[in-house]
Amino acid sequence: MKFLNDKVTRRDFLTYGLVVAAFIVVSLLASQGVIPRSLSGQLVPVTCYVVMAISLNLVVGVAGDLSLGHAGFMSVGAFSGVVCAMSLSAAIPDDGIRLAVSMVVGALFAAVAGFLIGIPVLRLRGDYLAIVTLAFGEIIKEVVNCLIVGTDAIGLHVIFNVAGDKTVDDLHLLEGGVAIIKGAQGASGTEKIATFAAGFVLVMIALAVVLNLVRSRAGRAIMAVRDNRIAAESVGLSITKYRLIAFVVSAALAGAAGALYGANFSQLSPAKFDFNTSILVLVFVVLGGLGNMRGSIIAAVLLTILPEALRGFSDYRMLVYAIVLILVMLFTNNPQLKLTLGKLLPKREGAVAHGE
Amino acid sequence: MTVFLQYLANGLSMGSVYAIIALGYTMVYGIAKMLNFAHGDVIMVGAYVSFCATSYLGLPAPVAVLISILACTALGVLIEGLAYKPLRQAGPLAVLITAIGVSYLLQNAAQLIWGATPKNFTAIVSFPVPEPLASLNVSAVSITTIIVCLVIMAALMWFTGHTKMGKAMRAVSEDKDAARLMGINVNRTISMTFAIGSALAALAGVLMCSYAPVLQPTTGAMPGIKAFTAAVFGGIGSIPGAFIGGILLGIIEAMAQAYISSSLANSIVFAVLIVVLLVKPAGLLGKYVPEKV
Amino acid sequence: MANKFNFQRARMVPVPSRAIVPDRDLEHTPALECIHLGIEFGGLKAVDDFNLTIGKTEIAGLIGPNGAGKTTVFNLLTKVYQPTHGTILINGQDTSGKSVAQVNRMGVARTFQNIRLFDSMSVLDNVKVGLHNQEPYSAFEGVIRAPRFWAREREFEERAHELLDIFDMGGLASERAGSLPYGAQRRLEIVRALATNPRLLLLDEPAAGMNPSETAELMENIVKIRDTFQIAIMLIEHDMSLVMNICEGICVLNFGRVIAKGTPEEIQSNETVIEAYLGKQKEAGTDE
Repeated sequence: MKFLNDKVTRRDFLTYGLVVAAFIVVSLLASQGVIPRSLSGQLVPVTCYVVMAISLNLVVGVAGDLSLGHAGFMSVGAFSGVVCAMSLSAAIPDDGIRLAVSMVVGALFAAVAGFLIGIPVLRLRGDYLAIVTLAFGEIIKEVVNCLIVGTDAIGLHVIFNVAGDKTVDDLHLLEGGVAIIKGAQGASGTEKIATFAAGFVLVMIALAVVLNLVRSRAGRAIMAVRDNRIAAESVGLSITKYRLIAFVVSAALAGAAGALYGANFSQLSPAKFDFNTSILVLVFVVLGGLGNMRGSIIAAVLLTILPEALRGFSDYRMLVYAIVLILVMLFTNNPQLKLTLGKLLPKREGAVAHGE
Repeated sequence: MTVFLQYLANGLSMGSVYAIIALGYTMVYGIAKMLNFAHGDVIMVGAYVSFCATSYLGLPAPVAVLISILACTALGVLIEGLAYKPLRQAGPLAVLITAIGVSYLLQNAAQLIWGATPKNFTAIVSFPVPEPLASLNVSAVSITTIIVCLVIMAALMWFTGHTKMGKAMRAVSEDKDAARLMGINVNRTISMTFAIGSALAALAGVLMCSYAPVLQPTTGAMPGIKAFTAAVFGGIGSIPGAFIGGILLGIIEAMAQAYISSSLANSIVFAVLIVVLLVKPAGLLGKYVPEKV
Repeated sequence: MANKFNFQRARMVPVPSRAIVPDRDLEHTPALECIHLGIEFGGLKAVDDFNLTIGKTEIAGLIGPNGAGKTTVFNLLTKVYQPTHGTILINGQDTSGKSVAQVNRMGVARTFQNIRLFDSMSVLDNVKVGLHNQEPYSAFEGVIRAPRFWAREREFEERAHELLDIFDMGGLASERAGSLPYGAQRRLEIVRALATNPRLLLLDEPAAGMNPSETAELMENIVKIRDTFQIAIMLIEHDMSLVMNICEGICVLNFGRVIAKGTPEEIQSNETVIEAYLGKQKEAGTDE
């Protein structure tokens, strides 16, 4: 289309193409059994982290709001998705459809959480916003820790275990009922219905949602608010509305990613979705480039595989990871080091642009 | 009533630890305008150094504390010089991620050196506690912590208000460029701030592990985050604010654990923080500066 | 294509109004009416008892020495500050309790003394953001690329180009706004403000930092905008040749109070104004 900047459209299609190509190549390799076991187990988690990175980039890169609690939304999505998948296992026998439904449910729950958290939180900015999102991430973790959920013929049974004295027995499940979430232990015995193909579809959907949003009227408004809040208000934009749109869409996508993640393991503990996971995803976003979705995807894939690839270093691998992280940040952000690096490496196409 | 006072005393002593960490945090944030996520891990290093000095080298406690302070000061200045100084012109996110990298680095280095199994830390102070306090289960460590915290706050207030270096710090925190034009060596001032912050972290580490004697590579992470919360709570950049924030946070946490739910204690602390920030966007003692149009 | 924009009624009307108050443009509601407008910051009256009426198609100037409160008046009119006293009527509608964004939708657009563009976005996108409320479609329609998305985006594109052409900036459409030269940034701010379809355009030092030929061109453009769009324009400016040449009415502010109102000729010969600018003759040596 002529009125969509041609260069932008081409870049977007390159990103989609890259994801499709990667999916085809990896699927072929996997079917030939070339991929080592340690990596093939990572295929679904990698797609989850890619979606997490894309969705967080919408908030941090496009909307310019630093969020340190993104894993909280993943957690909401994971556990609501698991509950949905488990309680529907009789109603929807087909694994694929059940997975899709649980991902939608996970996304909805996370979107509601994002909306409820976003309304108070988005009155703040900068480091204050960062610390408050961090706080909400931890609150979500502890709240999920207190949940005991089971299902039986009557329906769902939920206990909120505030005093810490309740157990699964207090659910009083009927004969044939299943306990799904068991407090701090999390969910166990869940069916592994996630597939790499489902992960690929989710990545494509997340990418389309975020890129289409950014290239639309609302996306321009979100970026305008990021660039200059006062000017954005002066041309009649509601600041809170557009920051909230970015926040809720991002939470919903993180929820879907969480539901997929939850469906990939038979055991899922709430502690998995802590501050460190939020930080991990933030690292993908910053290394990939703020507002640059393709960068987020590449960074998420490389950095999820890197610790696996560093297995040779055994005990030293996280140390090496930390050093690599610091060096990359120094070399990409210090003017002198950047110049030195530029001389060492062959020229590549322009640096990261905002809102790309 | 006795029970309540016991909880209050617990809250006060843990709050004093948070306050000491928060004082370091608030100094660094006020001047370098960065979230130093590695601050909590400096606490952990400080505790390990003191642990080694007493357990392996058999040094007396005061010497061990001194060594720990020196080591952390050096570590803080080193981290600042190697990792943060090159990023002085970079965006806040780049610095944040680097700080996270430093935090990972310290945790994993500590794990390689000292192992992941928790060490049992022996308290650095012990003396007979006088009567009304002893019956409330107030320990020698608690009393020391509270006194040390008060002394540090007073000293910092005096330092930033009355010394040349302290005034330079306040100038840099107001406006880095203007301070430079006035002939203040900004880099040295920032290094000095990191030195002070890290020294405080070492003290906090030793006191915290004396109070809750489990030491492992991740020991500093959560107290670090909570202390930052305390600093924000009180109004980041403000020294009395960090003190009040730390103490309040400790008390709220102790009360929440005792009377509401031990598994939701952190949530309650964070929920209070959120409410405070929504009502007073710059914290209890911070001043809100609206953007000029 | 059907034109749905009110601001394209391009009747070239000879300048109808001449004085600030009161006897002109009587068949229309004034674009702006300020009645006893004032604001206090902790007891300090930054603007006090400010009364001003601007006709529907008038160009008005707001002048005064540095620190007189001129930008504060703009901030009051656009609700960046909520006034502590008085009333502001835009096209006869009360603006009390309205937010910055709502006042813009009521028809007030502005530029800023220290330029505020969306720096990382393209010139074209800056204008499209200005058009935001003129071509609404929902975020969801954008995500699924519904038919309305395509139709409205096409209109966005056309309108943005038309507006840029007013200032001959069509060639810069795909440049990054933040990398434009200073003069072009000032012009882009005006285009963006115009895109919101205002009835009253507030220009805060539009000629600051421009050379004489750029200023001359700007003067022509301001008059052209008024004639084309039939809107009221109020400007703060230190360049007296610009103010005296194009403003039909001038309001002089000093220490937050209006010290004179009138035509350029009246202002130029007003004793109080001369005193405010030059200081009292006998104190001239000690005045700052």
